[in-house]
Amino acid sequence: MAASGVNVVELNGVERHFGAVRALDGVDLFIARGECVGLVGHNGAGKSTLIHIIAGTGSPDHGGIIVNGARQTEYSVLKAQALGVRCVFQELSLAPNLTVAENTRVSHSSISGIGWRRKAAQLIGDKLNEIFPGHGIDPADVVGDLPIGQRQMVEVARAFTVTRDPLQLVILDEPTSSLDAHRAAQLLAFVKRATAQGVSCILISHLLGEILGTADRIVVMRDGKVVTADQATAFDRDGLVAAMGSVQQTVAEDRSGVTHATGPIQVRARPSRQPDDQELIAREGEIIGLAGLAGHGQTRLLLDIFGVAMSSPKAGVEVTAPVALVAGDRQTDGVFPLWPIVENITVRSLRRLRQGALISAEKEMAFARDWQQRIGIRTPDLHNNILSLSGGNQQKVLFARALGSDARIILMDDPMRGVDVGTKIEVYELIRREAAGGRTFLWYTTETEELGNCDRVYVFRNGRVVANLRRDELTEERVIQSSFAEPAP
Amino acid sequence: MTAVAEVGQRGSSRQPQGITRLLRALLPALSLALVLIGIAWLNPRAISYFGFNLMLNLAIPIALATIAQMFVITINELDLSIGPFVGFVGCITATWLNDQPLVGAVVLVACIGAYAGLGALIHVRRLPSIVVTLGMSFVWQGLAILVLPKPGGKAPGWLLSFMGMQPALVPFPIVAAVVLALVVHFGLMRTSYGAVLRGAGGNAQAIGRAGWSILKIKMVMFGLAGLFGVLSGLALIGTTTSGDANIGNGYTLLSIAGVILGGGEFVGGRVSPVGAVLGALTLALAANSLLSFMHIPPDWQYAAYGLILIIVLAARTLISRREGRS
Amino acid sequence: MKLIEALARSPWIWSFAGALLVLIATIAFTGGAGTGGIVTAALSLAIFSVVVGVGQMFVIALGPGNVDLSLPANIGLASAVAMKTMGDSDAMVAVGLAAALGSGLAVGVANYGLIRLLRIPPIIATLSSSFIILSIDISYGRGLQIKPPDGFANFTNIQLLGIPVLAIVVLLFTIVMGVVLHKVIYGRSVLAIGQNMRAAWLAGIRVERIRFYTYALCGALGGLDGALLAGYFRGASVDIGNEYLLTSIAVVVIGGTSVAGGKANVPGIWGASLFLVLLLTMLNTFGVSPGLRLVLTGLIIVAVITAAGGEKAAR
Repeated sequence: MAASGVNVVELNGVERHFGAVRALDGVDLFIARGECVGLVGHNGAGKSTLIHIIAGTGSPDHGGIIVNGARQTEYSVLKAQALGVRCVFQELSLAPNLTVAENTRVSHSSISGIGWRRKAAQLIGDKLNEIFPGHGIDPADVVGDLPIGQRQMVEVARAFTVTRDPLQLVILDEPTSSLDAHRAAQLLAFVKRATAQGVSCILISHLLGEILGTADRIVVMRDGKVVTADQATAFDRDGLVAAMGSVQQTVAEDRSGVTHATGPIQVRARPSRQPDDQELIAREGEIIGLAGLAGHGQTRLLLDIFGVAMSSPKAGVEVTAPVALVAGDRQTDGVFPLWPIVENITVRSLRRLRQGALISAEKEMAFARDWQQRIGIRTPDLHNNILSLSGGNQQKVLFARALGSDARIILMDDPMRGVDVGTKIEVYELIRREAAGGRTFLWYTTETEELGNCDRVYVFRNGRVVANLRRDELTEERVIQSSFAEPAP
Repeated sequence: MTAVAEVGQRGSSRQPQGITRLLRALLPALSLALVLIGIAWLNPRAISYFGFNLMLNLAIPIALATIAQMFVITINELDLSIGPFVGFVGCITATWLNDQPLVGAVVLVACIGAYAGLGALIHVRRLPSIVVTLGMSFVWQGLAILVLPKPGGKAPGWLLSFMGMQPALVPFPIVAAVVLALVVHFGLMRTSYGAVLRGAGGNAQAIGRAGWSILKIKMVMFGLAGLFGVLSGLALIGTTTSGDANIGNGYTLLSIAGVILGGGEFVGGRVSPVGAVLGALTLALAANSLLSFMHIPPDWQYAAYGLILIIVLAARTLISRREGRS
Repeated sequence: MKLIEALARSPWIWSFAGALLVLIATIAFTGGAGTGGIVTAALSLAIFSVVVGVGQMFVIALGPGNVDLSLPANIGLASAVAMKTMGDSDAMVAVGLAAALGSGLAVGVANYGLIRLLRIPPIIATLSSSFIILSIDISYGRGLQIKPPDGFANFTNIQLLGIPVLAIVVLLFTIVMGVVLHKVIYGRSVLAIGQNMRAAWLAGIRVERIRFYTYALCGALGGLDGALLAGYFRGASVDIGNEYLLTSIAVVVIGGTSVAGGKANVPGIWGASLFLVLLLTMLNTFGVSPGLRLVLTGLIIVAVITAAGGEKAAR
């Protein structure tokens, strides 16, 4: 270990238990000055708990934390911030009713008095310009009006602003999950510049490519422990995946050469802003991808299709079979937080789980158990509250809910956001199997490499379809090119 | 992604957003204008210094109670006890404040402290404010009856003189309303701490993580509600000159309606002090003056209250929907 | 031990415990005299809170901001409608009850219309409609005390071994409602909507349809309550439902239903109704003045909810 004086943060033998769950099982870690440490591991490996402890939002049951060479006794968020440790969590911490400048003020108690608004606007504006040139965000914008990608940009930029407290370490938890490729690249480039100037960074990302490209050192966690840590150059993608403990498989497999161009049309949808005749067509058994930069109409179209299936007719959209939707934003669109896992799975299929007029508890459990096995939900008891599951497993519950229903068409609204590699591989396999069995999938994803699972990809820009690529025409360059192309007026 | 906002609809052109916000902000002013036009049509003589003074004299207590409710609604709570509280304050004002001013003043300050304490209780024990304030409404009502079992008492002289001021040109109620709106708007919307207070309504967890004490914020907001509730009671007695335990009972619902009319929302920390004051004025005018000028039979006056509320809120919905479609 | 643990964790146990405590305090004061009468009277009166409490429970379970404030006006109007339709004739009792139910149902439907079509928040919508219903009631009832037919009035007062028959009927009704809440798709849908309305829609639940049924149900139960109250108190009046505004909400929340939505239970409504009625009886027995009675009732409600605490943070 390097001398304490050099390291920003050191953790010694840190343990954290939640009841019987050993979230952290004796972790030793150090973050040196001016280095970017990539933290990888499956969901449930302990990354989240670890950063909560470093950020001061959770305290360890055993072990110590040393910041700037000084052992911390009563560590808290305030103490951490005063020492220069900041964290951008996955759930965004912006108040949607305040403007960007006001949210910046909230983080900096020293911005007050006359002219505070101008000072705050200047502070955040400068930082946004520095990290994301061409961002198009006005500090007077109300955060609730901004698309999620811009909100994430604001959040990240805010974490790097400096007033009174120093800036030593910034923890970024899936900072690119709502950003498109362009903005993500800008952010990661900035992280490299910042670390070169002496700011340390912990980067958590499920996109191993990002970690390999940005981090100086990589720490791999599994089951609450650090299993390996080394310079980033010592790892490659397969090595990381192996260390994390998942099956050796490339993420996007080729589908068997069967094209499904002949099945009956299940969905026909024309975006409302489409000036020409282009429309999205999905046939039975196809996996159709929706691509393009985040927030360019993909979700809107999926919701239109869902609405039509729920009897709200919309011009230009036709649906011929029952539809289910897998949400990507679990908290706002998917999870019922007071219910156990069982009820979260069965909620869409209750009609079939009845005994007479009443819902049968036995049928519910049988249904849930069946899906727990099929999709691999890791839990000791299906009667536990759904929030006891890791993020990836919660997402599996949402998949089970949709796939277990009678829907023949499954819409997916970027459902792999923040989900670990292991879960993804399992679910891709399941999707392919279901499609082979005749189900139709419409899959909106912000990760270009996932499109390899699709038979056909529609690229969106500004709420319109601008390109329509078959799998054999599909290359990452073509998708990105189409994403940025201006459609014909 | 959630479909909250996508580039095609917002983002690059923020203009539609601004217009919707502008129209929503203007709606309280528009509804006030509509009510005034109605009054002017039915009884032109009411549009005069004397007329406004008379029509609006009860508007100030209502506006103060509405502002009190607004502070509570800002942090996603609701105060169902503001009406009986105003009534109780009125009873104290008409008795102790008059006969034993020091005792009365101490009691009123203690009331503000009680409100702040309630805010603390609600936060620490994670209680639903609807139920807690429901219970407190019984308490304030009972206390009012204990202090003043039958209507009576007398307003202190200084209060009567203050509320009876007749400034040149502009009637006192209008001056008071403008001052109230400006002061509260500045405090809540323009100051740096005001942003923190509102932020607690938008995302309390984020505000807490940034190091602010949510407990303190809730106490401040409830304390402010108590303060303006006290001011409302004082203003009420200053106008009606004597006390009555039941006099404030309608204020709970009026205050909620006033905040919503003014563009506020129950959750999310989105409120407008200026809108709330305008909303209170609109309701006060519509409820008292417009109705009597329209010679609505007494049986149907209640229905008229309800209809006015519905019409104004429907107008707000229509405007929001029209802008949302463009 | 496991049963006791489960009981202690149930959200409604505290309301029954409170009711029991209050009963014991009253008996201690009277030295045991008239206990039977107190319990019978409590059961007789509690059922009126229970009936509207059930309706209010479903509404509140729909999620934050859902509350029916039109109940008092609804009850008042329904009492007049029932009595006028029955017209002092026992033969018309069934018709009268149906008319009251219909009146309440119409109120519920109208409330939902305001909420849905005009996008008015439920608190304001039900508040506005209550004003309108009040006016209708005043002009329809014309202030006259209309008497119920004797048979009906007696029915609302019959007792079987000291237990009011009406209480048994209402108990059966609440058992059915409890089953509906937990074991019928409608009830499950309400609880889903209360937790996360958007997720419920995306999970295929017809959110607006469920909300419609719920407000209609609450209105209908208000109408029923009006008819029953008029029978029990032997006359309809505009004010007969006034105390049920606060009471209907209080019994729901003290009974353990969450104001944030998504969590509800029926037994707690009984416990809370008994608790409130017994509380009133106790204070009357102690000879407490009206002002003090109000203060104590309020403080006890606050104390009860404080002791029970609120929602534990889920995340």
